[in-house]
Amino acid sequence: MTTNQSLTNSATETNTAMSGQENAKPMIKTQLSQDGAGERLIDLETKLEVRDLRLSYGQDEALKGINLDIPKNRVTAFIGPSGCGKSTLLRCFNRMNDLVDNCTIKGEIRLDGENIYAPKVDVAELRRQIGMVFQKPNPFPKSIYENVAYGLRLQGVNDRRTLDEVVESSLRGAALWDEVKDRLNDNAFGLSGGQQQRLVIARAIAIEPEVLLLDEPASALDPISTLKIEELINELKEQYTIVIVTHNMQQAARVSDFTAFLYMGTLIEHTDTNTLFTKPATKQTEDYITGRYG
Amino acid sequence: MDKLNLGKHISGKFNEELDTVMNKVLAMGGLVEKQLTDSLAAIENSDQELAARVLDSDNKINLLEVEIDEACTRIIAKRQPTASDLRLILAILKAISDLERIGDEAERIAHVAMESFSKDQEHLLVSLENLGQAVLGMLRQVLDAFARMDQEAAYTVHQQDASADRQYEALTRQLMTYMMEDPRSIPKIMDVMWSARSLERIGDRCQNIAEYIIYFVRGKDVRHVSPESMENTVKGR
Repeated sequence: MTTNQSLTNSATETNTAMSGQENAKPMIKTQLSQDGAGERLIDLETKLEVRDLRLSYGQDEALKGINLDIPKNRVTAFIGPSGCGKSTLLRCFNRMNDLVDNCTIKGEIRLDGENIYAPKVDVAELRRQIGMVFQKPNPFPKSIYENVAYGLRLQGVNDRRTLDEVVESSLRGAALWDEVKDRLNDNAFGLSGGQQQRLVIARAIAIEPEVLLLDEPASALDPISTLKIEELINELKEQYTIVIVTHNMQQAARVSDFTAFLYMGTLIEHTDTNTLFTKPATKQTEDYITGRYG
Repeated sequence: MDKLNLGKHISGKFNEELDTVMNKVLAMGGLVEKQLTDSLAAIENSDQELAARVLDSDNKINLLEVEIDEACTRIIAKRQPTASDLRLILAILKAISDLERIGDEAERIAHVAMESFSKDQEHLLVSLENLGQAVLGMLRQVLDAFARMDQEAAYTVHQQDASADRQYEALTRQLMTYMMEDPRSIPKIMDVMWSARSLERIGDRCQNIAEYIIYFVRGKDVRHVSPESMENTVKGR
């Protein structure tokens, strides 16, 4: 259920700059909706397509036929009450639900047009393309350096200079470098919660995924660390497609370009964040974001 | 106020805050309406005592505006309202500034009512009456529409302004004729002209408030749009 504003001629050019990289800046033509609320989904390149996705845990259907397009290089937020299926949906994107007993999945999720549930798909390779960060920071009991280098070492990269470069660029990308550059060999558990979460994000981006899934990345953090993570998300979207699940609606409003509201396993509304938070199209969305009884 | 769904928030405190602020807006609207009614009556009956009371009361409206402003600021800071709650707060903030200005216009009319007009000039004041009643009617209806957030009623008020404007123009032409006939009366006629101007402005401000109501209901800004586009918005097309 995509709600789009009507077309006007007011086209605007948005720059998506690649921060800290030599790449030329790709120009994306976007069309503003009539009231300037925001970009329209249909004008953007789609990174992930969800088609009639149904997921059941045993008899319970947790996702009841979801259709959704996730635009490339944008932040998409999933909001909804507990048990609405937003985390389940997020986990479908890198096939984390495969590990759950009695979980059956129907329908398709396409990454750049390829169904990630096709039999030939290498799940390890898929998870390299689609990285994930969880609610509680989960660094490995290793040094800060080794945490970030871990993914590359798994891939067989052991060249010290390559590793040094990737560790530095990933930590810079996660806005953590300046805070840890003098103690890269200290144990990661010595970092604060907010720093640990940024370390985990650095670890995720070290292997250069295309999509970053963030499951409540700031819910265990203090307000300042939360703002740092939000600022980081804003920077990361220039290089990655980001999907974030959050219970904090103000956070969804602040960081995302598009917001999807799920309720009881169904996608109720999916539109640009500006429109969703000022003039939602459905009463269910309205009641949820204004904190009313349904 | 059930239609506004103000009472359905999970947070009872938030319900109370919105309820209180909305009640204050209605009280302010009531005061403004009384000011205009009184100033028109003062003109009509050459009642200088009533006019003096109008001049004294404007302060209450100003104080209410400040109070409502503060209450809305607190709600924004503490509740971060979204969707219809956000649009309600914005509509209120804008409406009260128009209401305050309507109060000022009523005060201006009361100033004219304080002046003494000679017997042969009183007919000038009578000509204000029609326009005054038309504009007072618009104010009553728009306040009523605001209380119920009734966009249809707001749209009706919005349409009425054109007729008020025509009355104002006719009145202006009539007053100019008087000026040409008797240049010595120009100062007094100018006073009447300013009052007519005040009434015309009140009509415009009622129109503004009608636009905020439509914004609240439809979520679409209908200021400075074509009449067709506004009609489409109201009809949900």
